[in-house]
Amino acid sequence: MFKKILIANRGEIAMRIIRTCREMGIKTVGVYSTADKDSLHVRFADEAVCIGPPPGKDSYLSIPNIIAAAEITNADAIHPGYGFLSENAEFSKICQDYNIKFIGPTPEMIMSMGDKSTAKATMRKAGVPTVPGSDGLLESVKEGIRLANKIKYPVILKATAGGGGKGMRIVKNDFEFEKAWEDCKREASASFGNDGLYLEKFVEEPRHVEIQIVGDQYGKVCHLSERDCSIQRRHQKLVEESPSPIITDRLREKMGAAAIKGAKAIRYEGAGTIEFLVDKNGDFFFMEMNTRIQVEHPVTEEVTGFDLIKEQILVAAGVKISGRNYTPNSHAIECRINAEDPANGFRPSPGKITNLNLPGGHGVRVDTHIYSGYTIPPNYDSMVAKLIVSAPTREEAIVRMKRALMEFIIEGIKTTIPFHIRLMDDPGFRSGKFTTKYLEDFDFSGL
Amino acid sequence: MKPSELKDIIDFIAKSNLDEVNIETEGFKISVKRAATPIAAAPVAIQAERQAPAPVAAPPAAAPAAEPEKPAAPVSSKKTVEVKSPMIGTFYRAASPDKPSLVNVGDEIKVGQSLCIIEAMKLFNEIESDITGRVVKIMAENSTPVEYDQVLFLVEVD
Repeated sequence: MFKKILIANRGEIAMRIIRTCREMGIKTVGVYSTADKDSLHVRFADEAVCIGPPPGKDSYLSIPNIIAAAEITNADAIHPGYGFLSENAEFSKICQDYNIKFIGPTPEMIMSMGDKSTAKATMRKAGVPTVPGSDGLLESVKEGIRLANKIKYPVILKATAGGGGKGMRIVKNDFEFEKAWEDCKREASASFGNDGLYLEKFVEEPRHVEIQIVGDQYGKVCHLSERDCSIQRRHQKLVEESPSPIITDRLREKMGAAAIKGAKAIRYEGAGTIEFLVDKNGDFFFMEMNTRIQVEHPVTEEVTGFDLIKEQILVAAGVKISGRNYTPNSHAIECRINAEDPANGFRPSPGKITNLNLPGGHGVRVDTHIYSGYTIPPNYDSMVAKLIVSAPTREEAIVRMKRALMEFIIEGIKTTIPFHIRLMDDPGFRSGKFTTKYLEDFDFSGL
Repeated sequence: MKPSELKDIIDFIAKSNLDEVNIETEGFKISVKRAATPIAAAPVAIQAERQAPAPVAAPPAAAPAAEPEKPAAPVSSKKTVEVKSPMIGTFYRAASPDKPSLVNVGDEIKVGQSLCIIEAMKLFNEIESDITGRVVKIMAENSTPVEYDQVLFLVEVD
């Protein structure tokens, strides 16, 4: 087992990793930029070293600085957390070169899932359902119409060089196809200088449902069921829950099996998440794979009883997993609390926390790095805490979450707590019937 | 300059948020410095040898350790500047074990002069001075780890 783990991260995830290491008797090294010298993880780590000035590229993203820190503290493993270097294949490789165990997948595994089209092709070959579509670019309108009928409308025509919603058209039937084709080509040519188009099935009313998996070094993979992360604003997750309100036991079995198939195809090692889009018919399609621990991992921890950070460390140390799958034994919801002003377009609100009261009680968990008197630096992301509640049923979990949110006092900065309180009262959310588009029509005024 | 005028200047400076003011006129020169701000102790003392895997870790400091206070209005016009490490790595006084130290206490140094070597990931980086002055204290020990912004040298400048 590792003697000392360096945590190449900051904030709440650094605290999270320190806590598990402490329980496992493993020493911890925290790293920090000068902007984080008063951060909680610096105080709780057994040792801490300053690795650079505030900008990420000179500190938390600087591979030489992180490796140098591991060298001088004699760390034998590095946990990259999430974000920063956690899915950086080069970093995984350099750790290998320097004989420091990277707690996560190999560079090859990261690379195979990092490129969207390679990932999709790998998954398709492994028999994992992917969003049906053209194999590369479409040659003609005729080919497009033929394919659209094969995969069934509605479809979406997309510019291969596209982005920002440009060069995209949803097509609902054969009659619309030719005009959509011409519009797309013209827009793509004007915006990107490349009018190549490909076709994909348009997933209607999608929900974002992801499966947590863990793979050991011997080819075994298991799943710990799903998390529903459909409550998103501008593609950023705000609320996650497990089990998903729309996933039946049968669908969970199918998605879990597909996720395991996908992970085994690359002999995945570590904790990972396979993200799917689920449409209103209960058909699911591979979206992408995240080859790291995720922000919302506590939701799965609360409903399965597993410490996922501990599982990552065990697997990295060569321990074998049983291969059993796990299903939720209760209902958990997580609200991401950000230092943002929901009444003003969620603009960031860094500053000093003048008063803090954390919620508590049965079934309430707070993962955070903030403390009363702490000044949130403006240089990094705005998440300040994760509030996770668990209860026997979804209805009780929502009631408990609202109760806990009402106790959660953070003064000195604006936070998204008022938004979450309103959401817990929202009939649409309470019904469990919502898609990734839900917040587009949400009323944020007067928060 | 009358004593009351001098007091007024010092009061004015104390009320401002200037750390240091130097005033020079014909026949008169005054340097007023604010008492040194406490320097936060690094949350750990890294005493690990590069080979031995058993470092002595000091518990994280709960409050910054205060530096001894400097007098508020020194008569001398010299001041001491901290030369801080621009990177994390291992500090060496000389380019190699058989060579002499690049600088010693008492040495006069110039801008651009090499002061020490910091090694990280098997790369040896020569750290150059960006000030001119005289080395009064060497704050880091040879062949020990240093972190970003750690004080390496104290240099007296005019």
